[in-house]
Amino acid sequence: MAALDRVKVLVLGDSGVGKSLLVHLLCQNQVLGNPSWTVGCSVDVRIHDYKEGTPEEKTYYIELWDVGGSVGSATSVKSTRTVFYNLLNGIILVHDLTNKKSLQNLYRWSLEALNRDVAPTGVLVANGDYDREQFADNQIPLLVIETKLDQIPETKRNEVLTRTAFLAEDFNAEEINLDYTNPRYLAAGSSNAVKLSRFFDKVIEKRYFLRDGNQIPGFSERKRPISMRHAR
Amino acid sequence: MSFLIDSSIMVTSQVLFFGFGWLFFMRKLFKDYEVRQYVVQVIFSVTFAFSCTMFELIIFEILGVLNSSSRYFHWKLNLCVILLILVFMVPFYIGYFVVSNIRLLHRQKLLFACVLWLTFMYFFWKLGDPFPILSPKHGILSIEQLISRVGVIGVTLMALLSGFGAVNCPYTYMSYFLRNVTDADILALERRLLQTMDMIVSKKKRIAVAHRTMFQRGEVHNKPTGFWGMIKSVTTSVSGSENLSLIQQEVDALEELSRQLFLETADLHATKERIEYSKTFQGKYFNFLGYFFSIYCVWKIFMATINIVFDRVGKTDPVTRGIEITVNYLGIQFDVKFWSQHISFILVGIIIVTSIRGLLITLTKFFYAISSSKSSNVIVLLLAQIMGMYFVSSVLLIRMSMPLEYRTIITEVLGELQFNFYHRWFDVIFLVSALSSILFLYLAHKQAPEKHMAL
Repeated sequence: MAALDRVKVLVLGDSGVGKSLLVHLLCQNQVLGNPSWTVGCSVDVRIHDYKEGTPEEKTYYIELWDVGGSVGSATSVKSTRTVFYNLLNGIILVHDLTNKKSLQNLYRWSLEALNRDVAPTGVLVANGDYDREQFADNQIPLLVIETKLDQIPETKRNEVLTRTAFLAEDFNAEEINLDYTNPRYLAAGSSNAVKLSRFFDKVIEKRYFLRDGNQIPGFSERKRPISMRHAR
Repeated sequence: MSFLIDSSIMVTSQVLFFGFGWLFFMRKLFKDYEVRQYVVQVIFSVTFAFSCTMFELIIFEILGVLNSSSRYFHWKLNLCVILLILVFMVPFYIGYFVVSNIRLLHRQKLLFACVLWLTFMYFFWKLGDPFPILSPKHGILSIEQLISRVGVIGVTLMALLSGFGAVNCPYTYMSYFLRNVTDADILALERRLLQTMDMIVSKKKRIAVAHRTMFQRGEVHNKPTGFWGMIKSVTTSVSGSENLSLIQQEVDALEELSRQLFLETADLHATKERIEYSKTFQGKYFNFLGYFFSIYCVWKIFMATINIVFDRVGKTDPVTRGIEITVNYLGIQFDVKFWSQHISFILVGIIIVTSIRGLLITLTKFFYAISSSKSSNVIVLLLAQIMGMYFVSSVLLIRMSMPLEYRTIITEVLGELQFNFYHRWFDVIFLVSALSSILFLYLAHKQAPEKHMAL
C-alpha cells in the first residue's frame, strides 16, 4: 500500500476516564484487558476511509495521540506535554460519567491544547456561564466522548446525559456515550459509529481540503522560548 | 455546673476541628474526584477532629484552662473514642472498600470485610510481642494494650517521616545541589522524544496496514488463546504474523523509551524552574534556610547516635533545662513558674502546629501521587489511619518536651507505658531513616548527571 496521508488527533481527559481503552478500541477493535497508567503519550493509528461509499473515497491514517496526566500536574509536566500539541488537527475530549469533575476539567484541557491562557481563578465555572467566545473562532474540530455509562444506574441516566449535552453545545461539538463492556456501541452502522466517522471526515476536510493543501499550523503562534525565536 | 461549661467548650472546639477536616478533605484531597461515599469523608473528619482535640487538651493542661477533673474526664473519653476509631472502624471500612473493588467478592461484602478485619486484629495483636512495651499485669482489652501497639506503629511512622524530612529539606532548599540545565539541553531531549514518537507511529502504521490487508483477504487474526492455542501457534504460524510480532516488539521497546524520555524531559523542566526560582529573593531566603536546616539535621543525627550509644534518655525537658542554665549560669533572675508555663506553651504549640501542617502536606502529596479513581476511598482511609496513629504517638513523645508538672496527666491517662522505650525506638528508626535517605539521595543525585551527560 502506498504511503497514505495522515492527520493527528489528540485524545485528552483526566486520569482514569478511559482514554487508553478508547484508543485501543478505535484502533484494534478490541477492548484492552489490562489498562495501566499512561506516562507521557501513547500513540495508535487507525486507518479511515474518507467519504466511504462515494467515488471520492480515499484512505487516510488517523494518528490518535493519547496524552496522560491531569490538569493539575506540575508546570514542568505541563511544559513537557506541550511538545505533543504540535500541529494537531482534531481533539477528542473524554470524560467519565461517574465523576463530575472530569467533565469540568475538560474546559481546562481544551484550553491547554489550544494554547490559550487560562484565567487563574481556580474556581470551576458551572455549565452555561462559560465564555463561549473562547471557542467561537476555533477551527479545530472537537468531539466529546463519555465513558462508563454502564456504571450509572438507569434512573439517573437522563439527568446525567442532559448535563453533558450542555457541555457538548458549549464546545460546539458532537457527543458520544460509551460503555466499554458492550461492543455494540461502536459497531458499524450504529449512530455512534456514524458520528465518529463524520468527525474524522471533518478533521480530514479541515486539514486537506479547506486551504488548498496548505498546512494550517494548529493555532496562531505556538509559544516558544524567546531564545529559540531569535535563533531562527 | 462548671463541668457542663467545660464540656460545651470541648464540644464546640471538636465541631470546629471537624469542619476544618471536612473542608480540607473536599478542597485539597478530593479536588479531582467526586465524593460518592460520604462515610469516607465523615470518618476522615472525625479522626482529624479527635486527634486535634487531644492536642488541644495538652495546651489546656499547660495553660490551666478548664477544671482539672473535667480535663481528665475528657482525656479518657477522647482516648477511648480515638482508639475505637483507629482499631475498629477505620480498618473495617478499609477492608470493606477493598472488597467492593474486587468484582468477584461483591456478593458477600460484609463477610469478607469482617474476615479482613479479623486478620488485621491478629497481626495488630502479634505486634506487641517482640517489644517490651508494658508491664504484664493488665487485662486483654485495656487502653494500655491498645495504645502501646498504636504507639509503636505511630512512632515508627513519625521517625521515618522525620528522618527523611530532615535530610530532604536541606537537599531541596539549597541550590548547591541543583544541576545545571540549559535550554539547549531541553530542546535536544524534546527533539529526541518527538523522533521516538514518529518512529512509533510509522511502525504502528505498518502493523495497521498489515492487519487491514489480512482482514480484507479474509484471514482472521487469531490471537493464541489458552494453552492449546499456544501449542497450535507454534506449528501453524503465518510468516506475516511473525513479521508483525517482531514489529510489535520493536514498538514496545520504543514506547518504553518514549516514556523514559518524557520523564527525563519533565525532570529537566522542573530543574530549570528551580534554578530560576533560586535567583529570586524568596529562593535566596530558602537557600539560606537550607544551610541552617542542614546544620540542624546533622546535629539531630549526632544526638540520636549519642542517645543510642550511651543509652541515655533525657530526664529533663528543654524548657526547664534552658531556664536552669539562664538562672544558674547567666545569673538572670525571673519568675520561674510563670515563664516556664508560657515558654513551654509556645514550644509545645509550635511543635504541634508544625507537625500537623507537615503531616497534612505530606499526606496530600502522597495522595496525589498514588491515587486513582478506583482506589481513592481506600487510600484516604489509609491516610486517616496513619494520621490518627501519628497524632497519638506525638502525644506520647511530646511528653518529653514538657516540664514535670504537666506530664502527670499524660502519664495518668495513658497508664504505665514504658515511655523510655518509645524514645529509644524513635531514635533508632530516625537514625536508620536519615542515613538511608542520605544514601538514597546520593545515589539518585549521582545517577542523574550521568544520564544527562550521555545524551
